[in-house]
Amino acid sequence: MNEIMRTILWLPVQASTFAKSVDQLHYFVITVTMVSSIAVGLLAFGFFFKYRQIRPRQSTPVVVPSVKFELAVVVVPLVFFLAWFVQGYGDYVWYTTPPKDTMDVYVMGKKWMWKFAYPDGPNAVGTLHVPANRPVRLLLTSRDVIHSFFVPDFRIKMDVLPGRYTETWFEATKPGRYQVLCAEYCGTWHSQMWGEVVVMPPAEFDAWMLQQKVGLTERVDTGGDDGPAFHGTLVEYGKKVAMGQGCLKCHSLDGDPHIGPTWLDLYHRRETLETGETVIADEAYLTDSMMDPRAKIVKGYKPVMPTYRGKLTAPDAAALVEFIKSLRSQNLDNTPSKEAIYEPARR
Amino acid sequence: MNQHADSSALAPTEARVYQEINYLNADRGVASWLKTLDHKRIGVMYFVSVLLAFLLGGIFAMIVRLELTTPEPTLISANTYNRMFTLHGMVMIFLFMIPAIPGVFGNFCLPLMLGAKDVAFPRLNLLSLYVYWTGSALVLWGVITGGADTGWTFYAPYSTTTPMTLFPVLFGVFILGFSSILTGLNFIVTIHTLRAPGITWMKMPLFVWAIYATSIIQVLATPVIGLTTLLVGIEKVGGFGLFDPGRGGDPVLMQHLFWFYSHPAVYIMVLPAMGVMSEIIAAYARKNIFGYKMIAYSSLGIAFVGFFAWGHHMFVSGQSPFDDGAFAVISMLVGVFTAIKVFNWVGTLYRGAIYVSGPFIYACGFLFFIVFGGMTGIAVATVSLDVHWHDTYFVVAHFHFIMVGAVIMAFLAAIHYWFPKMFGKMYHEGWSMVAAVFIVLGFNATFIPQFLLGNAGMPRRYYMYPERFTTLNVFSTAGSTLLAFGFIIIAIYLIWALKYGDIAGPNPWNSKGYEWLTSSPPIKENFEHTLDYPEEPHTYHEPGEEVEHVVI
Repeated sequence: MNEIMRTILWLPVQASTFAKSVDQLHYFVITVTMVSSIAVGLLAFGFFFKYRQIRPRQSTPVVVPSVKFELAVVVVPLVFFLAWFVQGYGDYVWYTTPPKDTMDVYVMGKKWMWKFAYPDGPNAVGTLHVPANRPVRLLLTSRDVIHSFFVPDFRIKMDVLPGRYTETWFEATKPGRYQVLCAEYCGTWHSQMWGEVVVMPPAEFDAWMLQQKVGLTERVDTGGDDGPAFHGTLVEYGKKVAMGQGCLKCHSLDGDPHIGPTWLDLYHRRETLETGETVIADEAYLTDSMMDPRAKIVKGYKPVMPTYRGKLTAPDAAALVEFIKSLRSQNLDNTPSKEAIYEPARR
Repeated sequence: MNQHADSSALAPTEARVYQEINYLNADRGVASWLKTLDHKRIGVMYFVSVLLAFLLGGIFAMIVRLELTTPEPTLISANTYNRMFTLHGMVMIFLFMIPAIPGVFGNFCLPLMLGAKDVAFPRLNLLSLYVYWTGSALVLWGVITGGADTGWTFYAPYSTTTPMTLFPVLFGVFILGFSSILTGLNFIVTIHTLRAPGITWMKMPLFVWAIYATSIIQVLATPVIGLTTLLVGIEKVGGFGLFDPGRGGDPVLMQHLFWFYSHPAVYIMVLPAMGVMSEIIAAYARKNIFGYKMIAYSSLGIAFVGFFAWGHHMFVSGQSPFDDGAFAVISMLVGVFTAIKVFNWVGTLYRGAIYVSGPFIYACGFLFFIVFGGMTGIAVATVSLDVHWHDTYFVVAHFHFIMVGAVIMAFLAAIHYWFPKMFGKMYHEGWSMVAAVFIVLGFNATFIPQFLLGNAGMPRRYYMYPERFTTLNVFSTAGSTLLAFGFIIIAIYLIWALKYGDIAGPNPWNSKGYEWLTSSPPIKENFEHTLDYPEEPHTYHEPGEEVEHVVI
């Protein structure tokens, strides 16, 4: 049944966990849509045959709806619409909430290509390698105008905005190659801003990743006009950026408060702001604080940090976020342990 | 027969008389047209203007469709293609769709339907036409010389960083907004103050109710698009950094502002279309309107909730999931109000005496398109489904079902219904039905493949596309030629009818709409004397006749 409907509706293969569940609702909604619109069209046509005009100026009875009828035409559509909403919104909340144990990849869109960077090393233009059956979270940003990251086979899409991060996630179910398209109009070659997701069996992916790290190539996303090339992981690069930009003059790495809050254990810490509100220091907050530091000042600190908008490129900001994420007090503990001693502090 | 036939005496044996001295020839010369304060003449000038805009927008659409026949570049370059779809969108929306039904049939019919001599502010009415011409000229000149390539949506920071000149276009849209506001304001005041004695609120024709709801949106929402285009223009020229994050701005804010107008703008286009259908279905089924109050109030309901649904254009923009859910539910309420109308229109046909002519075929097509287009609207408002469909051809097909399927069907139906009233001549009814069948079928053939293209994952505004989308694109282009063919037939027989058509007489459809209570074409003053309105519009039985009352 699934295959028949999918073929009739020209839907692409279902290569992610989200695709399967969202398509079920798709079939339901489209079937009801087709049946009801054809029914209304046929009913109008049928009335035309049944109640054709016999003579000009023919008189007709006065027909008015009862309250029951009017209630029915309100309630019946509403029940259908709300049922779809409940099912669809449930799926959507699932889709917008990445699980805890995702593998993260930074995605940068620019006219007219996609760049991918893994926190622990390799990076690529145009091709994203991911393991099957493992949730992957994408942290997306743009270097110029708005793009939109669209993988039809996964049924996912997320706008890619300059100056901020958006996130999306997926769990690919079948190894294979899947096309990435840009869905937000971005100029001359918008229609050629294509990429590819290569889904590999997990073991194969791990081997691939290892191989990438061995002969770690030049970081494509920091080369060229973005500054000097850098070899190493994103965390190492982030440390270099932090030193180069003077971040560490005010932010300590050892847990001591200084002119600004310490970066140790900052990631996913709940911070109380001057306004009394609390925020979770996630990727979005960290990036916002680099670009617009005075918007959300942590309680007890002075609004003295300058903005880094225009000074940090998108890969720089991504590297800084990764560097901050790597600073966990547990990591300082050097005694060996046999089992996991902490749950990574993530959502 | 006396040329100045008593316009209130609509005896059953009434002859087909052409009103020799009418609004078209009461004053002569180009200057008398350009300086006229007559709502009917202003309506006719709008008619000519929007038809030219439609022709222009249609040509751009055909160029886009022809280019898309193959996946590879053929006819035009990538940049030209981007300008073509920008032109198509801007001309069709700002120059054609927004002023089409209110500007032409609102102006022409509204005072006739209210038993009034003119609109409340005739000078303002003429001004709105001049403002429309000025804005349109500026937009067209700006696009042709400046090469705008942003799409009609002007999304920042693309619009603020493109090397093309945009300011004249943006300023043109800003000016066009004033035309829309003036028309809306004029109609609101007219409906409140110029109803003839006897026409109470609940006896107004439903077209008037629809125009009333439309006018409210025009007055309240249009300032926001004026503001938005002005801000984008200022940012583009002066580098203000309102929307460009590179200068500290927020690109999503621009989208909020844009859709705060442009979503209600959909109802500026579609509400008058619904009003036209209420008139036409009643007239051709010779039936009282089934559920008059429900249809009237649902127009106001759509106008109201339409203001709070804009965020459904931004489900994948990074907006919070809570907002997405709220906007989704509000959007679905629009669907409920539309469903009320649809069921009541179908109910109007029940036990009617249906006369089949071109307009009735358009009405059947309209019912199918509004249900399919409306329900696919609910489908894209279902947030999880929208993630896949967003910015694909599914959305393109959905809004063309509403804007072409519903609005153009209503526009064509309105032309065919009121043409005899406007010009006093009859066109060939047989050809009108042939053309209507071409249009309804051609429309389906053009846009149903586009729904499937969206399912398959083809994003909109694509100049080249992966080869797997070729088949459906070829079908769509083939369908569009059928559609174009239908329009050519209509143009031929209508122009022919203007000169050689049979005399229509005051009421060729035997309609009981109030606007038929005068001669065709109407005299300059509309009515020779104030009429009585003892009955509701579209009451299809003779005075004194025993009437069967049915409640279902």
